[in-house]
Amino acid sequence: MNRERKEAYLSPPGERVPVNKVIPFSSVDGPGSRTAVFLQECNIDCRYCHNPETRNLCSGCGKCVTRCPAGALSQPAGPGTRVAFAPEKCVACDTCIRVCPEGASPRIEYLTAAECFERVRTQIPFIRGVTVSGGECTLHPVFLAELFALCHADHLTTLLDSNGMIDYADYPTLMEVTDGVMLDIKAYTPEDHRRVTGYGNEMVLKNAVWLAERGKLTEIRTVAVPGLFDVPGTVRSVCRLLAPYNNTEGAHRVIRYKLITCRPNGVRKKYLPDLDFPSPAYMSELAEIARGEGFTDLQVV
Amino acid sequence: MEEVEKTRKDILGIIEDRSLTHEQKVANLSAAAVSMMDVLDVPEGLQELLRPADEGDQCICDLFEGNAPVRPRYIIPDYAKFFRQGSSFLRLDPPKDFFEALNDLLIIYRHVPSVTNYPVYVGQLDELLDPFLTDDIDDATAEKFLRMFFLNVDRTVLDSFSHANIGPRDTRAGRLILKVEGELKDAVPNLTMKYDPDVTPDDFAALCAATALKAAKPSFANDKMFRSELGDNYVIASCYNGLLLGGGSYTLCRLILGNIAKRAKDTDDFLKNVLPYVCDMQARYMDARIRFEVEESGFFESNFLAKEGLIYRDRFTAMFGLVGLAEAVNLLMEKEGKPYRYGRDPEATELGVKIMDVIDQFNKNHVNPYCEATDGHFLLHAQVGIATDINRTPGTRIPIGQEPDLADHLRFLSHFHHYFPSGTGDIFPVDVTVHRNPEYIVDIVKGAFRENLRYLSFYESTGDVFRVTGYLAKRSEIQKYEKGEAVMHDTTQLAAGASELGHAQERRILG
Repeated sequence: MNRERKEAYLSPPGERVPVNKVIPFSSVDGPGSRTAVFLQECNIDCRYCHNPETRNLCSGCGKCVTRCPAGALSQPAGPGTRVAFAPEKCVACDTCIRVCPEGASPRIEYLTAAECFERVRTQIPFIRGVTVSGGECTLHPVFLAELFALCHADHLTTLLDSNGMIDYADYPTLMEVTDGVMLDIKAYTPEDHRRVTGYGNEMVLKNAVWLAERGKLTEIRTVAVPGLFDVPGTVRSVCRLLAPYNNTEGAHRVIRYKLITCRPNGVRKKYLPDLDFPSPAYMSELAEIARGEGFTDLQVV
Repeated sequence: MEEVEKTRKDILGIIEDRSLTHEQKVANLSAAAVSMMDVLDVPEGLQELLRPADEGDQCICDLFEGNAPVRPRYIIPDYAKFFRQGSSFLRLDPPKDFFEALNDLLIIYRHVPSVTNYPVYVGQLDELLDPFLTDDIDDATAEKFLRMFFLNVDRTVLDSFSHANIGPRDTRAGRLILKVEGELKDAVPNLTMKYDPDVTPDDFAALCAATALKAAKPSFANDKMFRSELGDNYVIASCYNGLLLGGGSYTLCRLILGNIAKRAKDTDDFLKNVLPYVCDMQARYMDARIRFEVEESGFFESNFLAKEGLIYRDRFTAMFGLVGLAEAVNLLMEKEGKPYRYGRDPEATELGVKIMDVIDQFNKNHVNPYCEATDGHFLLHAQVGIATDINRTPGTRIPIGQEPDLADHLRFLSHFHHYFPSGTGDIFPVDVTVHRNPEYIVDIVKGAFRENLRYLSFYESTGDVFRVTGYLAKRSEIQKYEKGEAVMHDTTQLAAGASELGHAQERRILG
């Protein structure tokens, strides 16, 4: 299958995609004031996932419908069908998320790119751009390309927050309208990456270089879990991999490295024993490693 | 005699008060003395609006200016001129270097009067000091002396209505001031960044935002807007008041719109009869105050600032203030039997605009001979309230707790900010996570100024120093005062007494 055909095949234009939520003004999803769109569904399974309810789609089992204390959920088409959500009744108790056997959320909407952009448009001129996150947003590349084209027409910048598991080179239309990617590099060796996510990372590293060459690697992120994978080794190797592009020559840009302290919030109980939560001193040591490799734009959170 | 006995009792109360400092006692004693005076030629019918038996009927408030003004309310000395010519009264030559410049400012601040007895304007500090920051002064030295200077100001200018300006240019002095103020986190001076996205570099604007998250200042003033109205020689003083350099404001009185609306049968009666009547009363009261200041008090003939050309009588104007547009609109809607609420429904916004148009039109028709600087008219002012205000929302603000989403809130404000060249502003507490992304605030300000907003303030929601209504206070100092200890800033007492204080914690947090 050639590339254009693959892109066209995956999701038809105008398709509705599952949207977990839209945050009108976010200060933590890229530079400046941005509207952040979170899509539902993910293609990997991180042990420390802090939003496990965004990982899967509803199977229609109806468990949440019977447990909702506010009567905000229903199955209008009968058992086994998609759950309908009445936001005005919701009391945000998160019972639905806790009882869901699928790692899904019934509190989502299906929006086309045009509908999603309407949510964005009302925030102009108080935002500089849009960030789409997830779940894993690149599961819906055609939606993203449509949304970002609308954003560009209104002079908004466009960022993806992605795990890098799909080959960006396969999606030229999307990458043309994407100003930057905030890329998760969850571990450097394929074995470590498999331990963290269940999958290897050859594609992630290929994407990192591909983006960096083109000046589209806005930020890399690594969540530090010292007992789960070789964190200092990952930071060092990632820096060395990207050092040739971490400059302002040609199309390159200075790459931000965000080092994230693993926290227990939201993590699924069964995985908590696998995790440990690093100290500020440990995080500072990681930052020192990156600094030693020539990275200057460092954020420890 | 009854009045005399009451005043004597008040005076004894001030003398014996354990929670006032000496300076605060002296200020209150002089106010008590002036309250005995009766020298103003006030219009017939004023008293029932200004001092009714029931506070809920008060329609006009003169904000503690007293019955015999001894000086203009707000005075804006031309400190650059002071630097150029020195002062014969203060026996100072023009400063020759950075250190003399700082010292001279500290000296003159002691001699600039105002309604608070402290200077409400302490200068465009970046432009004043930058020429003195010569290459032989390294940053560490400059910072050390700036730190001492600002410490001195905070501990001797005991009122956070004292206001410094920076911007819109990026200067070395501006950056050092921001650095030091971000570290000190003091309430005095208040600080405004005159911001013009076409002049101010983005990284300097971001530094301002980052400093605001640490120290609740600077606020952002729409430089283009102020310049278009007041010209290049405008300053921001006191809370957020746009005034002319080398001038100031004779007086500030305010309409209490919620109470004025109580006097009206319905909206039509309010707009056509009641509001114009009270506007006229307030304007004539202000005229009387101004006439006394200019013609009788002798201030402009005797004060050294005027004699040495650091202020000019004909650069003064006066501020025609108002509070409680929210309450007025909501009450009128109730009287009409309509369910619309201020800040929520477009119908209420529309009525708010109609009310503002009536006030604006009144002001454009009223002429005061001593306001030549502003074409003979007063400047409208959205007043931020005083400690004793209850159910009087500052200016045209939406009551705390009823604010809509940020974009809707900012669009709502765009209907009102343009009326107030002598000041209005809105305040947004911000989540601590924004520390890492100050551009977030800059983006919001840029968008807001594009929508014709005038003035915005931000502070980090859990910080010690925060903005109460228009001025800054430290939570730690308020707690001391609430325990009965004397605290040096008189604005700390205002904050402790302000009903807005409780509400301020309930503002919607951004980020």
